[in-house]
Amino acid sequence: MRAAGLYARRRAGDHVYLALSMAATVAGLLVLFLILWTLVANGLAALSTGFFTEMTPAPGSTGGLANAIYGSVVMTVVATLVGTPVGVLTGTYLAEFGAGSRIAPVVRFVNDILLSAPSIIIGLFVYELMVVPMGNFSAWAGAAALAIIVVPVVVRTTEDMLRLVPGGLREAAIALGTPQWKVIVSVIYRAAIQGMLTGVMLAVARIAGETAPLLFTALNNQFWSANMNAPMANLPVVIFQFALSPYADWQKLAWGGALLITVTILLLNILARFLVSWSNRSP
Amino acid sequence: MNADITVTAEAPRPATLGRPVVRPQEPAVVAQTAPKVVIKDVRFYYKKYEALKGINLTLHDKRVTAFIGPSGCGKSTLLRVLNRIYELYPGQRATGEVLVDGRNILDAGQDLNLLRAKIGMVFQKPTPFPMSIYDNVAFGIRLYERLSPSELDERVEQALRRAALWDEVKDKLRQSGLSLSGGQQQRLCIARAIAVKPEILLLDEPASALDPISTQRVEELIAELKSDYCIAIVTHNMQQAARSSDFTAFMYLGELVEYDETETIFTHPREKRTEDYITGRFG
Repeated sequence: MRAAGLYARRRAGDHVYLALSMAATVAGLLVLFLILWTLVANGLAALSTGFFTEMTPAPGSTGGLANAIYGSVVMTVVATLVGTPVGVLTGTYLAEFGAGSRIAPVVRFVNDILLSAPSIIIGLFVYELMVVPMGNFSAWAGAAALAIIVVPVVVRTTEDMLRLVPGGLREAAIALGTPQWKVIVSVIYRAAIQGMLTGVMLAVARIAGETAPLLFTALNNQFWSANMNAPMANLPVVIFQFALSPYADWQKLAWGGALLITVTILLLNILARFLVSWSNRSP
Repeated sequence: MNADITVTAEAPRPATLGRPVVRPQEPAVVAQTAPKVVIKDVRFYYKKYEALKGINLTLHDKRVTAFIGPSGCGKSTLLRVLNRIYELYPGQRATGEVLVDGRNILDAGQDLNLLRAKIGMVFQKPTPFPMSIYDNVAFGIRLYERLSPSELDERVEQALRRAALWDEVKDKLRQSGLSLSGGQQQRLCIARAIAVKPEILLLDEPASALDPISTQRVEELIAELKSDYCIAIVTHNMQQAARSSDFTAFMYLGELVEYDETETIFTHPREKRTEDYITGRFG
């Protein structure tokens, strides 16, 4: 009797729990779909050839986001090129050389803090470090701020991916009389390359949409500028500025820019997924 | 069965039964080759735990020595002392002397890379590097020799032929080593180990992950390689030890219980524990 009652209660609990989980899932996904739907509905209208070729316009005239797209690409590329080697080497130290050292846990801890540091703090930091001494906002400063965001992401994924490489592979290379640096570069990196690339990809996806650090560093530019020492237009800040404006044509461009960033990040994430499944396939 | 009769017919056992009887571990009828590796009172520690409790024995050149014993008895540990691969892991250390050609390789000043180039090792699980079949074999050669492409081709072919793999891979040398079957991968690892012309070959259960046919090929290979190398093989397979070795060492709980010519060990073991183990009564 008692046991049957207990069972009925557990079954009821099971149903309640399942219902709650499903409700939460639906709520989460619904918000996501609403965002995507709004973006597509409003953004698609803004996309045209001019969107990609013309400069950010003055209110009331036609234009596009060419200078902002260029600025975003340039600063993202520079930040990735600077941040990736630093991240990969630090991750390598943590996974391969740091075992048993006292510095490694400290580095790992600090890296985790940096990983979750609010990006506006990083923007302020670079503002003090570069913008104030140089006397003006610049694309270099923007790229530097983004690079600081890249580093902890790459450190983390590199370390994780290197740790996934079976110890047997390491031992086999060492047993041949291979110096440690050569083991890492020729064998371990090769085994972990897809995972490491995924980390870089995720870092790029992360910085592609960062706004706060750029507000303090690259700022914005109405015109076409390829000068890294001058302020440079970029998608997130342009979106920020245009979306808040009262002008309908600016708002339309902001929708288009938002859609562009979202699709780019989505594609990068899909590519990263693809790389991971590809690397999991080969033993 | 037979074993019981032997036991009762034997002289009364000494009071030290069950404890290691340390005797001069030189087999009665020493094969007519030079001692290559002389192990003197080697002890091994995983942190505080003593995994090897004073091992003394001699490995002979151009002979195969098999190490048998239940899991955890220290056979693999002993092998890992011989090329000091344990040094990869903090907290592991060995004491005593291991003389290779009269030089103690446990001395602090040893160049471990040169040492390991001289002492090849093949592991339980096949460990092909994530690169082509050709590059797997050429990897070790390139580390220590500058060869012309044709000389290198020749060395790679030679190693693959000796490992009885050439005919199966000669048309796909550029394919990944990971594309081979388990048995082929293991022979690839043997080819890689012998390509650098080591003097000593350490085989840590090289056939335990292989099917019977691959196992047979590996055993034939061992018999073939014996003419050039000093070979130490750890195995759980009693028949394999009996078939392919000249000397057999039986280890138990970190001690060397008995070491003699293989035929003697398998027909007239001196120790009861050896007899119990090889007749399958424990372990």
